[in-house]
Amino acid sequence: MDMNEIKEIFFQECEEQLAELESGLLKLNDGDRDPETVNAVFRAVHSIKGGAGAFGLDDLVSFAHVFETTLDCVRSNRLEPTPDVLKVMLKSADVLADLVTASRDGGSVDAARSRGLVKELEALANGELPAPSVHTEAAAAKPAEAAPQPTDESGFQPIPFSFDGFDEEDEVTLEGSAYEIVFKPRRELYSKGNEAALLLRDLSRLGEMSIHCDTDALPALDQMDPEEAYFAWKISLKTTRGEEDIRTVFEFAEWDCDLEVKLAEPARPDEEQPMVPVPFDLSILDETPTSEEESEEPSASGIVAATLAAAETATNVTRLASVAARVAERQEASAAAAAPAIAAQNTAAASSAGQTIRVDLDRVDRLINLVGELVINQAMLSQSVIENDATGTSSINMGLEELQQLTREIQDSVMAIRAQPVKPVFQRMSRIVREVADMVGKSIRLVTEGENTEVDKTVIDKLAEPLTHMIRNAVDHGIETPEKREAAGKSPEGTIKLTAKHRSGRILIELQDDGAGINRERVRQKAIDNDLIAADANLTDDEIDNLIFMPGFSTADKISDISGRGVGMDVVKRSIQALGGRISISSRPGHGSTFTMSLPLTLAVLDGMVVTVAGQTLVVPLTAIVETLQPEASAIHSFGANHRLISIRNSFCPLVDVGRILNFRAIQANPVEGVALLVESEGGGQRALMVDAIQGQRQVVIKSLEANYTHVPGIAAATILGDGRVALILDVDAVVAASRGQALKPELALKPEMPLAAAG
Amino acid sequence: MKKKVLTVDDSRTIRNMLLVTLNNAGFETIQAEDGVEGLEVLEGANPDVIVTDINMPRLDGFGFIEGVRRNEKYRAVPILVLTTESDQEKKNRARQAGATGWIVKPFDPAKLIDAIERVTA
Repeated sequence: MDMNEIKEIFFQECEEQLAELESGLLKLNDGDRDPETVNAVFRAVHSIKGGAGAFGLDDLVSFAHVFETTLDCVRSNRLEPTPDVLKVMLKSADVLADLVTASRDGGSVDAARSRGLVKELEALANGELPAPSVHTEAAAAKPAEAAPQPTDESGFQPIPFSFDGFDEEDEVTLEGSAYEIVFKPRRELYSKGNEAALLLRDLSRLGEMSIHCDTDALPALDQMDPEEAYFAWKISLKTTRGEEDIRTVFEFAEWDCDLEVKLAEPARPDEEQPMVPVPFDLSILDETPTSEEESEEPSASGIVAATLAAAETATNVTRLASVAARVAERQEASAAAAAPAIAAQNTAAASSAGQTIRVDLDRVDRLINLVGELVINQAMLSQSVIENDATGTSSINMGLEELQQLTREIQDSVMAIRAQPVKPVFQRMSRIVREVADMVGKSIRLVTEGENTEVDKTVIDKLAEPLTHMIRNAVDHGIETPEKREAAGKSPEGTIKLTAKHRSGRILIELQDDGAGINRERVRQKAIDNDLIAADANLTDDEIDNLIFMPGFSTADKISDISGRGVGMDVVKRSIQALGGRISISSRPGHGSTFTMSLPLTLAVLDGMVVTVAGQTLVVPLTAIVETLQPEASAIHSFGANHRLISIRNSFCPLVDVGRILNFRAIQANPVEGVALLVESEGGGQRALMVDAIQGQRQVVIKSLEANYTHVPGIAAATILGDGRVALILDVDAVVAASRGQALKPELALKPEMPLAAAG
Repeated sequence: MKKKVLTVDDSRTIRNMLLVTLNNAGFETIQAEDGVEGLEVLEGANPDVIVTDINMPRLDGFGFIEGVRRNEKYRAVPILVLTTESDQEKKNRARQAGATGWIVKPFDPAKLIDAIERVTA
């Protein structure tokens, strides 16, 4: 693994931390005061900062640092996370996300915005309460070059220590000077895992050194506490380094010892205490085991060696040796005890490491493609066996059935690998709600449900754009201004609810607002003005609501007079349909609107009904079919010149000849000779699609028609059947729409402008 | 014999950097993602030195250090605190909990190895 790969991991981790950060802040916003929530939020920023520091991403580090400092105030209860405070923090989270993106992909962030937030965050950390309208203040923040260089850079510099008072001595030491060091460890030094011998070893690396070990405090063996620190050392050190370097050696031990460092007085021949230059062989502490004794006893570490070494020089050799022996004994015992535990630990580590792995998406896609081929191949094999073995009893046949089962299971398992929770997309929406609400001066809460509902990654990726658009619409047009809401007797704060759930093999996403609902009068008028419906058209409420999805219903400049919705909803609908999904709206005036999207869980395979229409083989997605029936002549009613209805259990349903709609034939087929597929279209209405015959039900691998050929109206995609033939997959909604009188026209011919941006 | 280092850090990025740095320097590396896992892994891991983060879910670095120091078998193992918090208060708390030393993030590999060498024989 190289640094680039680690950097990639860092950015992945950032995404997770940012999600964690946002959801934590939102929880706090909802009144959650669990310290663990605050901690998690703090940790998220802290982690980003830590990683960013390692990669020298200074902008990210600076911003994260300021953010972290303010969060630390919340964590230590110095700052109350009021809604105003959280507003600043949520915005900071957004900027942090932007900074991460900029660090990854290059590009820049809105510098004025981030500087403004830095100021706000610092103000919060300093105990200043946020101004009521933070938004404008942030925008007004001067792009002064006096941008608050986010606090102390030194916070991150690995500066060991500085003893300013000793600066002048550094110069003296340049030529090399002699120091006298008195070092007396306390027992805490050892209990914290520091080791006097190692400190002395490090000290010896600074220059020439002689040591005197003061063992006066050592009691008799029977009174000795093995954990007490009895020794003190006097060291003379000749070094070219400064006192600071000497102190640095004791950096970790400083609190737990008495340490005196001073320049030796020049000449003092008669020392009170004779300084015996001892052969303190510190090299014994270095790692490479040289002697046989050491390799025999690998776990007896520095403590023993050091003690032994010291023992040679000390007076109480015997006493010390016995201490050393005891230490060695204890260590040996512990080493022995450790052995069986290691095996247990290894298995534990293995099991905990097996929770998740990260796999390159390309590898999964390759696997999925191969499985797709396998499915087709298996179908072909089955087909040819059936053709050659009419009885269907041979063992090959049975084996094939098992193969089919297995293939299906492999396919499901592979699909499950790609399945991801919709959470990331939902989380992105909360930022959009915040930003747009801020822009239009509304107060809106986003409630999400079912974030852990899983769906194919491709679906998730493609869901973000239409969803963003709809959320913007809901905030901008759906929810009323606080004044209007209050006048209508509602809470001034609007609520948008985003829900995801699984239903019958599809994912259902609902976007619900508690706004004013669709203004049907205006929508209807607009549709008439735009020649979408006849002036005297008699439409149900539902049909009026669904007008907003019609292409050409609205353009950005006209929509501003409409208090309802409609900015480019046809684009949204097209995106959803491109995913093999359906979208519908239901609205209650004064109570809000609900958009319902139903999407396939995967874009790779489809359960379909294989049918024959005018000699062509077509596949109808099974999810669209409510039931199939054999029409009887008595149930068919003609209606006008070209329309026919079928009566099903006392209700009438328009009969649509698929062959006629797709222009496979010039005149309508006789319904009695065919089969009717009762389908439910996205508007909720039912249609009976007439096909000539049903061949069977099959799982098919979806092959994009757009990618391989071009978009064909009324056709969603293609597939390869078991006999090798290409079959077209019917776009049921398009066919139903065509039956309403709209001609099937190439949708690509529509205005290519993307009104998605217009909503913002 | 290779020296064995147990690292405890919740950040995948930092874990990977530690792993690469330590392996390149010839250490054997065992990793845990938080204090709780750190204490679990510790049993039987027999590390020569422990490197731990402070801010972690479930059990933070302070709690982890205290846990190690309470463990009869490992209470003398050197523990280095790896954290961006360079302020004295955090260091003091870590020391009170029983940390041997610290490494200020962002660590550079040389500093990390140096600190480990300082506390191990």
